[in-house]
Order: sequence, then structure tokens, then C-alpha cells
Amino acid sequence: MSTPQKLTRIKAVNWNRIEDDKDLEVWNRLTGNFWLPEKVPLSNDIPSWVSLTPIEQQLTIRVFTGLTLLDTIQNTVGAPALMADAVTPHEEAVLSNICFMEAVHARSYSSIFSTLCATRDVDDAYKWSEENECLQRKSTLILEEYKSDNPLKRKAASVFLESFLFYSGFYLPMYWSSRAKLTNTADLIRLIIRDEAVHGYYIGYKFQRVFETLTPMEQLEIKDFAFALMLDLYDNETKYTEALYDDVGLTEDVKKFLHYNANKALMNLGFEALFPADMTNVNPAILSALSPNADENHDFFSGSGSSYVIGKAVVTEDEDWNF
Amino acid sequence: MGLLVYFSSKSQNTHRFVDKLNIPAQRIPISPQDDMPEIHEPYVLVVPTYADGDGKGAIPKQVIHFLNDETNRSYLRGVIAGGNRNFGQFYAYAGDIISARCKVPCLYRFELMGTAEDVANVRNGINKLWK
Repeated sequence: MSTPQKLTRIKAVNWNRIEDDKDLEVWNRLTGNFWLPEKVPLSNDIPSWVSLTPIEQQLTIRVFTGLTLLDTIQNTVGAPALMADAVTPHEEAVLSNICFMEAVHARSYSSIFSTLCATRDVDDAYKWSEENECLQRKSTLILEEYKSDNPLKRKAASVFLESFLFYSGFYLPMYWSSRAKLTNTADLIRLIIRDEAVHGYYIGYKFQRVFETLTPMEQLEIKDFAFALMLDLYDNETKYTEALYDDVGLTEDVKKFLHYNANKALMNLGFEALFPADMTNVNPAILSALSPNADENHDFFSGSGSSYVIGKAVVTEDEDWNF
Repeated sequence: MGLLVYFSSKSQNTHRFVDKLNIPAQRIPISPQDDMPEIHEPYVLVVPTYADGDGKGAIPKQVIHFLNDETNRSYLRGVIAGGNRNFGQFYAYAGDIISARCKVPCLYRFELMGTAEDVANVRNGINKLWK
């Protein structure tokens, strides 16, 4: 198998001649999922916001400034760097969608701030994020890989950002949502989480297409690199988590969520999970905040329900069914 | 031990999961040009989910075509669905739809290529199911 080659010259993109049908599949999914923060009625969260303690409010704003930084990196450096590595013109187009949506995500946090928070508190949080060593270190670790000369390293760094680094932050709105607080904000964050899942899946898929063309030695080298980068990021992420969440006593709960998402990030690259089941048993309230209604029908094998339930999904009609 | 029938796109997530189960399995081809398997013994179907924000398009077309065959459908005993919790209420939604339409239980859900725990749970579950 030959290694896919970077595009060397610009040709008119032809969506009727697809080289990799994942490009079209993901383009359709991403464009179908398009949204803007104005669609979410954030102002309904004002009564809930004022019910939070000053410490809880400060934590929330800090978490969102940290997420804003990651989205800004993806929008201005990450996605453009990956675009330069594209092997099909359609991949470039998909990455341009990813790039723009990262700008929408970064912009959304400012919508939350302007709707709920006092300007002075937000300015303080931005100052905090500029000075927070763990946040700056996380940014540096990723940016260094984006500058490297290896497209596979850039893709791995990007998947780790999309599928792992966001989650120390995403935890908090899911936690608030599980306590019936800031539920509209949580709805907005769920839209971001959904987008990031497609981004991680797609970039991980493109990583695997190149990875499978490497020699066993080269594969070993890249895999070692990926696990080492994950461990560096993880080490920093645990410190970041402690700095943020120690005051509210949620650090250990957040760490389980980190382990769970680190495993998923590695799976997006086609690698096996790193953390064992007893480190990834995420608080069920957080899992149901992430996927509401998804656990109503107990799984048959787990035996946790009284008996199995035949799905009563509102079946979305697909004209291909014939019965 | 009974049979598994599965679909996996070029991402290979479901293929990797099924591979780890070490249970006889037949793959539904990705390309509509390739021959569709015809099954004549009880089996469990393993499918990934591709739902959009409204739950549409959750099931790969090839899986629908496979289930449109009445003989194939008559031996279906349950469904196992792959997905990603990040898709919210539509996590592993393909399992709900197939369960409702074919009147078989959704046996299990897993994320991406499944963890070691998922593999153990499904192996145990399948063993009990065919006893």
C-alpha cells in the first residue's frame, strides 16, 4: 500500500468524483449538524446562574475560558495545519468546515459570558487563563506538534485535543445539568460535544489511513509517540483539574471522566484503551447528562433491568426499508 | 455457539470490536456491488450508528438491505449497537430502531471499538443467550 500523497496543486474540487467516501459522509453529517449559539435560549439560565455561589461562578467562567482557548487553537492553527496535509480536495473542504465550526464554538462561550456574567468577572477569568501554567502548558504541547514535520503527529495531537483535552472542561456543564442547573448552557455544550466527536472520528480515520501504509517499525515509532504525548497531556491535565476543581471537591470525579475520554481518543486513532475499567467508571449522572434518554432501555446482557424492553424508538423512516 | 453478523465502515471500529469477541462472524459488505450474505441460522446483528442531529440516517443502508430479506430477518435474535455517547440521545440509536422494527431485544451498546470490559460482557452474554 502506498502512502497517500499531499495535494501539490489546486484543482477544482469535484464532489461527483469521490476518492474517499468518508469525505462525503462526514461533509454531509457536519453540514447537517450546523448550528449557531443564537439558536439556544441562554438567557433562560439567568435565574440558575445567580443561584450559584461566587466560587461556582468563578469556576464556571474559568472552565469556559480554557475551552475558548482550545477552540481558538483549533480554529487558527490546528485545522489550517491539517488542511495543508490533506490528501483529497474533499478532505480540504471538510477541514474548512471543521475550522469554521471551531470559530463558532469559541464564539459561543462569549455568548454565554455576555448573557450570564459580569464583565469584570469574565476579564478576571481571561487574565487567570493567561497566567495558569497548566493551561499554557497544554496549549504549548499541542502547538509544538502542530509545527512538527510529520502529518501523523499533527493528526494525533489534533485528535487528543478534540477527544481528550476538552473534557476537563465539558465535565462541569454536564455536572450542572445533572443538578438541573444551567440546562440551556448544557444544551449548547452538547452541540459542541457532538461536533467534536465527528472531528475526532474523522481526523482519527485519516490518521489510520496513513498509519496502515507505514512499515511495522514506523508504526511502532508513531504509536510510541502517541502514547507518550497522551501521557504528557494526561499528567498536565490532572494538575489542571486539581487547580480548577479541588475547591468544589469534584477532582476525583473529573479524573474518571478524563480516563474515559483518553481511552476514546486513543480508540479514534485505532489504538487500544489505556485506562482499565475501574478507573473509567464515570459517575452515571454525568453519563446521562451526556446522553439523555439513551439508558432508558436496560441492556439485556447487563441484567440491570427487570427484563429487556423491545425498543420503542420513534422510528425515523428511511425509504429503503421494505417491511 | 451461534453466529454474529455485522457491518463496519472503513473506520473499522465495529470490525475491531467483533474481531476481539472471537465468535464466528459474517460481515455485511460495504459496497452495494458485493454479494449480500444469506443467513440460515439464528444470529445476533452488530451495527454501528450514523445518526444525524435528528436521529436520521442512523442505520447503514447496507444493513437495511440485508434486513429487507425475509429469510435473513427471520433468524435475527437480537441486536448489539455501536456508537458514541457524544451524540446525546441518539447514542447507539441504530439498536433502538432495529429492535423496534424487527421486534428483537437490543442486547448491548458499546462505544467506538469497545473496551476490554465490553468484550467480556458481550462474550458472556452471547454464551448465555445460545445455551
